[in-house]
Amino acid sequence: MKSLAELEAIRKNTLDQIKMRQSKDGIRVVVGMATCGIAAGARPVMNAFVEELGKRKLADVSVTMTGCIGVCRLEPIVEVFNADGSKVTYVKMDPDKAARVVAEHIVNGRVCQDLTIGAAEAADK
Amino acid sequence: MEFYRAHVLVCGGTGCTSSNSEKIRQEFIAQLNKNKLDKEVQIVVTGCFGLCAQGPIVIVYPEGAMYTMVRLEDVQEIVEEHLIKGRLVKRLMAGDKDHEDPSKSLENVDFFKRQVRIALRNCGVINPENIDEYIAYDGYKALAKALTEMKPEDVIAEIKKSGLRGRGGAGFPTGLKWELTSKAKGSQKYIACNADEGDPGAFMDRSILEGDPHSVIEAMIIAGYAVGADQGYIYVRAEYPIAVNRLEIAIAQAKEYGLLGKNIFGTDFSFELELRLGAGAFVCGEETALITSIEGHRGEPKPKPPFPAVSGIWQKPTLLNNVETYANIPVILNKGADWFTTIGTEKSKGTKVFAVGGKINNTGLVEIPIGTSLREVIYDIGGGIPNGKKFKAAQTGGPSGGCIPASHIDTPIDFETLRELGSMMGSGGLIVMDEDNCMVDIAKFFLEFTVDESCGKCPPCRIGTKRMLEILERITGGKGEMEDIEKLEILSKNIISSALCGLGQSAPQPVLSTLRYFRDEYIAHVKDKKCPAGVCKSMMSYVIAADHCKSCGICARNCPVNAISGDKKVPYVIDQEKCIKCGVCMTKCPFKAIFKNA
Repeated sequence: MKSLAELEAIRKNTLDQIKMRQSKDGIRVVVGMATCGIAAGARPVMNAFVEELGKRKLADVSVTMTGCIGVCRLEPIVEVFNADGSKVTYVKMDPDKAARVVAEHIVNGRVCQDLTIGAAEAADK
Repeated sequence: MEFYRAHVLVCGGTGCTSSNSEKIRQEFIAQLNKNKLDKEVQIVVTGCFGLCAQGPIVIVYPEGAMYTMVRLEDVQEIVEEHLIKGRLVKRLMAGDKDHEDPSKSLENVDFFKRQVRIALRNCGVINPENIDEYIAYDGYKALAKALTEMKPEDVIAEIKKSGLRGRGGAGFPTGLKWELTSKAKGSQKYIACNADEGDPGAFMDRSILEGDPHSVIEAMIIAGYAVGADQGYIYVRAEYPIAVNRLEIAIAQAKEYGLLGKNIFGTDFSFELELRLGAGAFVCGEETALITSIEGHRGEPKPKPPFPAVSGIWQKPTLLNNVETYANIPVILNKGADWFTTIGTEKSKGTKVFAVGGKINNTGLVEIPIGTSLREVIYDIGGGIPNGKKFKAAQTGGPSGGCIPASHIDTPIDFETLRELGSMMGSGGLIVMDEDNCMVDIAKFFLEFTVDESCGKCPPCRIGTKRMLEILERITGGKGEMEDIEKLEILSKNIISSALCGLGQSAPQPVLSTLRYFRDEYIAHVKDKKCPAGVCKSMMSYVIAADHCKSCGICARNCPVNAISGDKKVPYVIDQEKCIKCGVCMTKCPFKAIFKNA
């Protein structure tokens, strides 16, 4: 260790990896992983989220799983909880859409309206 | 960068390790592999969370869900329910059992809510075997600051200003000790860490070394810079294998990063650190004996002065602090002495870690601001006394301390108040006693310990404590006389004034303190030949109440020495000559017909 900068670099890098143990207020991505979700392909979706977040070093975003939300026909369903507690429900997800949600919603704060449950409902009518 | 969606923290402290946490960790790895989650979920071994009574403990992030008393067969459920389906396994969660929704996060558990964790800041949070995680939580930042921005005298001034006092027991001002060592004459100086924790029931230092070894290492390097030493020794007992192992790993990592060695942070300051293992002699926790042992001699104390600050290891000026004292140093430099002085009381700043044990629900490790009342520790943090029993006294300071009776339960705990009460802060063991504890027996227990551990160098300790123990054995054996109580007091006075080291000088404290608050119990033992708590075996007997006895014979069948006889329709009787007072009959009797006659 020859300089403060070196120490700071290690600190930042490691903090990103372990941040989830302290941050309570970041964005939460919740993937429906009941039988219906898994059968519809929720696992690749979740992996895509994890991978994409890792690539962008978005360590304060957590990815968790949940059970069946009830609208099995729209699986895989992903809910994104914003820091303020409000949430957006995305339906019929796939890995590409997951990457889009990360880029547009999580990074830039623009909800992908066409992927939400509201859009799907409207299309059904 | 590896990105995991969940971290599973498994406690690797001694408490949880002895209740199988290592096997639980392996089971998690196996279950994660089986479910192909090993790339998504990271397993991290941490130090002690403090809630040892509830161990083994597993915490799952990002939820911060704390699972307690986890058994091997629970692991599959946690993996399948929590990690795969995202449903918390509520039956394993900590917190209020009556409450509908168990508290999700550990910050909400009463046990943690009232604590202020400075020395234990990283215990249970980071992986102690990974220096990067320590650095991530501001580790080695204080060292960098000291070496690059502060002069040695600035560091000492900051520590002095913080009001930090030695956490090993006596409460000597740490900054003053640093200053004395820095001003002592001599080109070669040493830094030493006292990790020879020996009080029965105390495990604060062990938990810090196991959970956050780098905090001690960092502080010792800072101390070396402040007093002008280039070599340090950590004297740790060999009975702490996990702590020794983690220290070895931590020292190797610090060396690899150049935090130990030559030209640290590009300055001309160099520092080396070595471990010295103690063989488990209690006396080696005494500073002069510890130094003698580090030098390779038999661990025996020497008269003071000269103090170690003037003439310590190999007669060179030596700064010797306790583990917990060191663990506070980096935080003080990072957050400033002004911040530190806002915690604690006027004369005692900061926090103190206590190992709480005995008759208490939440056995474990707590860190509280100095000045917190005993009531808060026992009832709010400790969860009260099991089985609704009445609190009788708390013992602090181990074999050098004394007890605080129930009448003083609202006393704020600090160095001065405890001394006024005839006890001492000590290293932080806190043993809670309820109405079923006999105070004479407690005093006897601590004296047995001292007699065992006396190094034998000076007669007051070697012979005096033995004589005191003999008197206590007479009293608890039902053969005591009233003069015995006086003799105890005279002997105590003489030992205190004539023993060579601090351990001998304080050895009579448990007797004096129980005599002060529970003299009536001593008198009951001597005059009435009765042990009011029903502990001393010579003074109690088990009897069968004839009118309750249904002559079932269960007691007789279970008696290990065949002391019970009787027949159908005839009440059973215990032969008091044969009875060894084990109490098995009483627990086995289905009709509660057997009583303890104290």
